[in-house]
Amino acid sequence: MAKQYIIGVIVSNISGVLSRVSGMFTRRGFNIDSLTVGETESGEFSRITIAFHGDHEIRDRIIRQLDKLHDVKEVEILDRHETVTRELLLIKVRNQPDTRQDIMTAVEIFRSKIVDYSPSSLTVELTGETTKIDAFIELVKPYGIMEMCRTGIVALERGDKCLKTIKN
Amino acid sequence: MKISGAKIVVETLIEQGCDTVFGYPGGQVINLFDELYLCRDRIKHVLTAHEQGASHSADGYARATGKTGVVIATSGPGATNLVTGIATAYLDSVPMVAITGNVPCSLIGRDSFQEVDIVGVTMPVTKHNFIVKDVTELAETLRMAFKIAKSGRPGPVLVDIPKDVQIAKCEYTPESQPVVPYPLNFAKEEKLAEAVELIKKSERPYIYFGGGIISGKASEELVEFADKIDAPLGCSLMGLSAVPSDNPHFLGMQGMHGHFASSVAEDEADLVIALGARFSDRATGDKNRFAKNFSIIHIDIDSAELDKNIPSNLSICGDIKDALSRLNAMIEQQSHDSWSARIQELREEEAKRVESARSGRELDPFAIVDIVSEYEKDCNIVTDVGQHQMWTAQRYPLKNPRTFLTSGGLGTMGFGMGASIGASCGTGKRSILFTGDGSFGMNLNELATSVSQNIPLIVVIMNNGVLGMVRQWQTLFFDRHYSNTTLDERKTDFVKLAEAFGARGARVFTQQELRDVMQEAMAYDGTFVIDCAVDCDEFVLPMLPPGGSIDDIITEIK
Repeated sequence: MAKQYIIGVIVSNISGVLSRVSGMFTRRGFNIDSLTVGETESGEFSRITIAFHGDHEIRDRIIRQLDKLHDVKEVEILDRHETVTRELLLIKVRNQPDTRQDIMTAVEIFRSKIVDYSPSSLTVELTGETTKIDAFIELVKPYGIMEMCRTGIVALERGDKCLKTIKN
Repeated sequence: MKISGAKIVVETLIEQGCDTVFGYPGGQVINLFDELYLCRDRIKHVLTAHEQGASHSADGYARATGKTGVVIATSGPGATNLVTGIATAYLDSVPMVAITGNVPCSLIGRDSFQEVDIVGVTMPVTKHNFIVKDVTELAETLRMAFKIAKSGRPGPVLVDIPKDVQIAKCEYTPESQPVVPYPLNFAKEEKLAEAVELIKKSERPYIYFGGGIISGKASEELVEFADKIDAPLGCSLMGLSAVPSDNPHFLGMQGMHGHFASSVAEDEADLVIALGARFSDRATGDKNRFAKNFSIIHIDIDSAELDKNIPSNLSICGDIKDALSRLNAMIEQQSHDSWSARIQELREEEAKRVESARSGRELDPFAIVDIVSEYEKDCNIVTDVGQHQMWTAQRYPLKNPRTFLTSGGLGTMGFGMGASIGASCGTGKRSILFTGDGSFGMNLNELATSVSQNIPLIVVIMNNGVLGMVRQWQTLFFDRHYSNTTLDERKTDFVKLAEAFGARGARVFTQQELRDVMQEAMAYDGTFVIDCAVDCDEFVLPMLPPGGSIDDIITEIK
């Protein structure tokens, strides 16, 4: 049965790595829901977080294929229950007198904040799990979304468990 | 002392034990070729007619010797011409290092003359690739390329070197030894114990092995294993030559054009033990109808192969030689008399079917294969791709690992000429290339190379005037619409062609003519083309139709 998996990948922080990782998905016909990449505490490594849908066979194939890439140092499925996941959303909504208050209320309830304000638009920043982000977007849709940008999932395991212990 | 990047490349190749490289010069590798010239008494460069030929030569060299093959080409078209050869090596897990020149770093990304992003192009068909932009990293990168190419499951690695990096100088310290591959994985003890239990319970075990037995140097262990568990041996195309063809357990290649006995035996087995093989669609047919009646133990060095194409009941990641020798020590002698009797029946049934399926024409494909094998002694047997490849794979009696070179995974027509040359350069032995008029037409320019290098090479063309394999499909599945598979209009005279290239040639129509010419060719110290007249309606049988199963096996075409 297809469900969403999130994997954490530690890779060498050199050019071309993202192509190799995303290229593996394209070439073998796996779909990516979201992919985020950024530096780690060590300049030597980057961390990629990939969310995808699939059954456990696809999950295992993805893990094994990633593990084969020379620049991939560590790959792990992150257990949903033992992992903190977050996404960041920036969303620009139409600013109209008759809906302004409703948007402000939503912003407050979702514990988000307004980061830009103009007579015709307001931009909201929201952090949270994917479901929360989705719910907020649904909520403000009727007010007129001008544009939006979401980062995709980043994730860290709870407790002192780490994907890779990087020596400083 | 500081030396140039170009010299570092040559010194590192020599340091890594490379005695022969194949290639073609060009604007962005002139510096490298200058160093090859200066070092010509320490490392041999074989100039081919085309970069594709060079890449297949490096591949053939590697397949025949087990060493890493090296190919050098210039930027742009030189580099892209390597791609088919690199992909061929990738699909068949052949260790290769491809070195390309590129435009100077300052010109990269500007669509400069003969610039191509070869690292981007070859990413999906290499184990790994590099572009070196700093000469101080050059030697280490090349060493890493060799290390990756030969570690675990072997494969090709490309190193792209911009021209300014070849010119730049830095300190170079030679290593006294070639790089050592990454340590191998070994099978877990409890997994092997599980395997032993499954094998002991099995009444009808069948061993399906692939090219992993050859690259894992596990032929002896495999033969002992088959004796010990009393099981028939079948293989993929890539597995051929791992076990002598006359081994009493050996049934031959299975799959789309495999032997009747091995395909049926596999279907009737209750346990299939897959060793260093990947259950390619050509070896299994319809995946949904495959493996309905048997359990699978799958052992491979590459964990990504386990459960990739066919899910197994027990998958074991580890070096095949080690796994088999431990299994041999763990398991007591098994015997399966009724299963062996059934296998014997299948062999007899197959013999009958093979004879009745033969066309009866005097110089049919099997007659050609048989006669060539009678005269052959200690040669590299090489094929191109198509009907002739399957006929050779089905029929040729092979004795030693690494003596049968064929493009299995990619199915590259035109592989043969380059591979034959590379194999001869690597082993010093004669190569015999079985090819078709279609495949030979793709890279026959490499006759120039085999003549210039004085390669002992016999090219046996099964010339039927058609692209026979596609034509066979058209006969069977496309109402005999022979769309673009008839080569009659070409009117190529292969004997004159051979002579024009400075080789010798003969055309044969009968068995006796072939015998006479083979005798002459085996005595000739150079390239000999034998153009064999074959009827266009000779078929490769048996055939499991694409996407079919053993129930759909075709053993006769009326």
